[in-house]
Amino acid sequence: MCNQTVSLVAAELERHGISTVVIQLLREVAERMRPPRALFVPFKHGYPLDMPNDARRQHTVIEAALKLLEDPALTPPVLANFPASFP
Amino acid sequence: MGDLNEFSLPVKLFLKAYSWRKIDPVTWAPRKKPLSECRLALVSTAAFVLPGQKPFDESIRGGDFSFREIPGDANVLQLVESHRSESFDHTGIHQDPNLAFPIDRARELAERGRIGSLNRRHLSFMGSITAPGRLIQQTAPEAARLFVEDMVDVALLVPV
Repeated sequence: MCNQTVSLVAAELERHGISTVVIQLLREVAERMRPPRALFVPFKHGYPLDMPNDARRQHTVIEAALKLLEDPALTPPVLANFPASFP
Repeated sequence: MGDLNEFSLPVKLFLKAYSWRKIDPVTWAPRKKPLSECRLALVSTAAFVLPGQKPFDESIRGGDFSFREIPGDANVLQLVESHRSESFDHTGIHQDPNLAFPIDRARELAERGRIGSLNRRHLSFMGSITAPGRLIQQTAPEAARLFVEDMVDVALLVPV
């Protein structure tokens, strides 16, 4: 249900002019809900940034999310996969 | 892997049958300036609270739709995770709350200039909300108003 909650809050923030990016752990939920900008990550629930106490890995996931905020070519809704090849 | 097969059969059946709220039309706020000039806020749905804050109320039918404000200078080790769901492994976020509320990572982004600044407050929801009407009508708009008041430019939202 967390995937839905972040998506609904993100939709409201965007309505108020704030750009958002949500992490999503269930791709099919993101496909059905259509949050404005979403990064699907292939990690299990409870581990949205993959590894505890691993700042480098957490930064890698966050950086992939931030890239979605920066790409001017993207149009809503955005649903990107966290790339397995992301360094 | 984040998929429905992680869950027990009853939970999987519930999630399969659940009427996920479609966002229609999709709202969209283009970023207005470079990230290096943007103020970032975090939203986590891991139900983190700080000592002294009101706990999330597990008795509310459909889920507690309220949120807690987490100050930007909060010590991540003081955050207490209180998500009601037993359907996921809580071990990681107990070990390191940054996993679902990456306040230390966000500070590092600000320190190295990747983002302009970190907002003075962030928001914590308890994400297990099966009846999201009051979230949609009341608390999500309230959250947006707080961030608009703070002149937040971008937000990163993290579920568990």
